[in-house]
Amino acid sequence: MEVRFTRGKSAILERSLTRPKTEVSVSAFALLFSEMVQYCQSRVYSVSELQARLADMGQGVGASLLDVLVMREKNGKRETKVLNILLFIKVNVWKALFGKEADKLEQAILTHSGFPAKVTVHWHKGTTLMIKFDEAVIARDKSLDGR
Amino acid sequence: MSRQSNRATDSKKMNSELFTLTYGALVTQLCKDYENDEEVNKQLDKMGYNIGVRLIEDFLARSSVGRCHDFRETADVIAKVAFKMYLGVTPSVTNWSPAGDEFSLILESNPLVDFVELPDNHSNLVYSSLLCGVLRGALEMVQMAVDVRFAQDTLRGDSVTEIRMKFIKRIEENLPAGDE
Repeated sequence: MEVRFTRGKSAILERSLTRPKTEVSVSAFALLFSEMVQYCQSRVYSVSELQARLADMGQGVGASLLDVLVMREKNGKRETKVLNILLFIKVNVWKALFGKEADKLEQAILTHSGFPAKVTVHWHKGTTLMIKFDEAVIARDKSLDGR
Repeated sequence: MSRQSNRATDSKKMNSELFTLTYGALVTQLCKDYENDEEVNKQLDKMGYNIGVRLIEDFLARSSVGRCHDFRETADVIAKVAFKMYLGVTPSVTNWSPAGDEFSLILESNPLVDFVELPDNHSNLVYSSLLCGVLRGALEMVQMAVDVRFAQDTLRGDSVTEIRMKFIKRIEENLPAGDE
């Protein structure tokens, strides 16, 4: 088991972090995603529970994505200001995700960067994402600016 | 909006990372919901089947491939057109059985398993079970019953991923009961 431990783990960790060259078709992703939604739907009895389940799945994705993107784009420096993290999401994350509908991903990225926030989706004209930051974050931001 | 952009979405591609991560989230969720790996495998296969049933229509609409005349042609189309179109990889077709009803698809790289490794307590999990279901479902919609399973898996320590496909029988067209 020792051998497997070192051989398996180091092989994965040593792979480069550059973007993989393979491209996957959008419809493959769409089909997979819709199947996931259906699966969640079959196990819950209300819409809010469904959303919660999807959000859970998104958590993992967002967390992994954050690490990879930060490593790649910024050499490991993470954002501390609210405006910057939003910009980061807007530019880098969206670029990486190719504009997929992902409110749960955004929430996970925000939370894992130390910005606890509530993200909700509003269908108004297209899909807008409202990001409501916790009070603590706004206060912190103000104090950072004051300095 | 969605009517017009049908052409444009024909060859829309995206980076495989989100796809890989999403599939990973799905498998993780399933592992939490079901206690043992066999159940998870079955569930993934079932979901794959549902996907395959819809994927075949998308495939036939986007590629101009006509009816295949025999199983060999089917194998080629799956490997060279379908896999390329959906996953961006082209497996090779090998190991034909003498009767010509069984073959292997060898995948050197599998986008579903980028950066994935199986922990020790899930050694029975066939991570890419979804693929088996997709192939089975899609072929069933074109009147072919096949058996699909993984012969080799890079996550279990093999050097390549090998999917073994066996032709079982041709499905007869069944008219819906209410048509009489």
